[in-house]
Amino acid sequence: MSTELNVLVIFAHPALHKSRLNKHLIKIYSEMASVEFRDLYELYPRFFIDVEVEQKYLLESDLIIFHHPFYWYSSPPILKHWLDLVLLDGFAYGQNGSSLAGKHLLSVLTTGGSRQSYSESGENRYEMGTLLRPFEQTAHLCKMNYLPPYVIHGANRILESEQVESEKRKLLETLQKIQKKSMDDTWPKSLDYNYLQDALT
Amino acid sequence: MEQAGFLYYAFIYLIAGVVAVPIAKRLGLGSVLGYLLAGVIIGPFGLSLISENFSAVMHFAEFGVVMMLFLVGLELQPSLLWKLRGPILGTGGAQVLVTSILVFAVSLALGMPTQYAIAIGLILSLSSTAIVLQTLAEKNWMKRSAGQSSFAVLLFQDIAVIPMLAILPLLAIESASSAEGGHSMSIIADLHGGLQAIIVILSVGSIIVGGRYLARPLFRFIAQTGLREIFTAAALLLVIGIALLMQLVGLSPALGAFVAGVVLANNEYRHELESDIEPFKGLLLGLFFISVGAGIDFSLIVSQPGIIIGLTVLLMFGKFVVLYVVGKVSRLSNCENLLFSLALAQAGEFAFVLFSFSQTNNILPKDIIDTLTVVVALSMLATPLLIILYDKVLEPLIQGRLSSQPVDDHDPIENDEPDVILAGFGRFGTVVGRLLMFQGFKVTVLDHNAGQIEALRKFGFKIFFGDATRVDLLEAAGASHAKLLIIGLDGKEQINNLLEALGKHFPRLPVVTRAVDRDHTYELLNKGIPMENIYRELFGASMSASERALQILGFRKYRAYQTVQLFRHHDIRILEELRAHRGDQESYIAQVKYHRQRIEDLLRQDEGDSVASHPDGWVEREPVNS
Repeated sequence: MSTELNVLVIFAHPALHKSRLNKHLIKIYSEMASVEFRDLYELYPRFFIDVEVEQKYLLESDLIIFHHPFYWYSSPPILKHWLDLVLLDGFAYGQNGSSLAGKHLLSVLTTGGSRQSYSESGENRYEMGTLLRPFEQTAHLCKMNYLPPYVIHGANRILESEQVESEKRKLLETLQKIQKKSMDDTWPKSLDYNYLQDALT
Repeated sequence: MEQAGFLYYAFIYLIAGVVAVPIAKRLGLGSVLGYLLAGVIIGPFGLSLISENFSAVMHFAEFGVVMMLFLVGLELQPSLLWKLRGPILGTGGAQVLVTSILVFAVSLALGMPTQYAIAIGLILSLSSTAIVLQTLAEKNWMKRSAGQSSFAVLLFQDIAVIPMLAILPLLAIESASSAEGGHSMSIIADLHGGLQAIIVILSVGSIIVGGRYLARPLFRFIAQTGLREIFTAAALLLVIGIALLMQLVGLSPALGAFVAGVVLANNEYRHELESDIEPFKGLLLGLFFISVGAGIDFSLIVSQPGIIIGLTVLLMFGKFVVLYVVGKVSRLSNCENLLFSLALAQAGEFAFVLFSFSQTNNILPKDIIDTLTVVVALSMLATPLLIILYDKVLEPLIQGRLSSQPVDDHDPIENDEPDVILAGFGRFGTVVGRLLMFQGFKVTVLDHNAGQIEALRKFGFKIFFGDATRVDLLEAAGASHAKLLIIGLDGKEQINNLLEALGKHFPRLPVVTRAVDRDHTYELLNKGIPMENIYRELFGASMSASERALQILGFRKYRAYQTVQLFRHHDIRILEELRAHRGDQESYIAQVKYHRQRIEDLLRQDEGDSVASHPDGWVEREPVNS
């Protein structure tokens, strides 16, 4: 069990050319071993998703990361489309549908609003954990473990290249820590921690 | 020259070039040095295959310099020339002035009379346009800042020749047969000064106005005949005509050709002109270099080696120092400045012209001219060697030491290399071209239909006339620097011809191409074009039409879209799979049948009436335990 976990990154960003943070963040995946990076908008610009291929990648992974900006309290539409088409009855859930059981699912998100704004007193009124319930429940139905989300708040205020570099480094370190765990270890649960950052410190 | 004699000399010159230049290039010496050495070998001090006439040949071949400046002008938009005015007047002026004074002073110190010293100073301040531009262009260094500064200085020197021709006769010891000089062609030399100026201004003005307003309809008229040689003839006629006009009014033909080139830089026939003139320029320059090589008087070198070699080194060192200081003042980086100073440190072909002019006008005595002619030729011979020294030794040395500095601080001239070359601007190309241009990409369009070009130019497209399957035209259009070439040509034959040319000459240029049909698609795949870069003409339109048909037949629009996407996906996949079976008729047909069945099954599955056996997305989820 000393080898690293296989990571599958499902990345969704419809306007990467406008991105200030994500286009840099995703570079870390090429620095990691055993990572498969799937850039949905680049692979399926016409939303024509190759279900067979996507399922194959899922089967080969231990940790699945949904990496995307947090738009209107959810993901960009292609990720929802991907969920609808790929997580099929009999594959991901339902009778005989346990292909994803035991795998871990992690959301890596960027938001415009501050951490403070995602609280009862903030303008977004709900905490991230609450807003991410549909993803958590999706994982649950597929018998997967939904990790506390890794969220970078206030992403559109991160402009300086030193800040970007520091965010890249923090994400890389966190993911490498996670990747070194064995599947049998105790993993942080989304019910216990608001953020993955908190769980690992 | 008699017929046999002419063929003999043509044979000797050509074989010298054909043998020496490829060898020189292979050895990394560059074509200029190849030609020069070929000249030495066939000249009177080598195999003595040509013993006379080479100075006449040289004067004839100097026309290559005129053509070269015409071509340089074609590459230079007027606005860019305007941006270069500072370097031309500043750097160029400073170089000519300071070098003249320095050479003058040294000549005085060596015991020359004042008049001699002035004449020598002026003449030796000039450099060799032919050698410098040819060598730099061959290295692809014209766009470096050293290249541009060199060009600016050379251009100024071309202009400076005109007043020099006026000043030199004043230095004559005794007024002699001045009518014999280089001015002899001028028909206005005897006219009043003011009138002369007016005629000169009118001539240059007529080149500009003619280039702007007459050239386009004229070229279109000629292009529509479809006869290539007539177009070539017209191109040559243009350059020769301008050269003649310039000589008649006493201006430099090279300068006139340069102005004409600049005026035509925006013309849609520019690339065609370029590729038509290019080979003539190349051959004439080659001839010129050979005759320079053949003209080196080795007997003089042997009889007084110390003086000749000493003077050559002194001249080049002096010019180098002046250039280096001038380059420093105009803020060239060390590396660029070194290249700039080495490149221009020789004396040039104008020196030959001015020497013979000086001789006929009794400005300089024959023995001095003979000695200096050898010095000039040797300095020209040394230049390609210095450039090699720079390229192979000095630059790596400097770069190595300053590895943190950028390689090249270019480039003040914004280059006008295209992002995309679009070959063929018919029904396919127009759509692609418009879309890319709207996104702000620089697209150079090549099309062979003069009528079409005229119509589309009215809408503001940048289109050039010419057969896109010609390698020289592709080169002129910037194929070695473009990021992409798109083939919108009509017909299998043309597309394949172009691909063949591209494979040979521009193997690294990515290609997106139109394919005529399925069979042609296989051919293109076999040529190594990736599937995603091949577009079957009409395939897209048929797909869209099918989508509409499905809608009319009752599909909701999104489902029709999905169905077409699915068909497309499988059609392309099957096409790739069938490729393997293409040679074998029987297995090919069997495979086609098999795949047709498969695609039918897939499309049916998607109809959604069989959710139980073939689950797909978009079902409302029931509770797992129910």
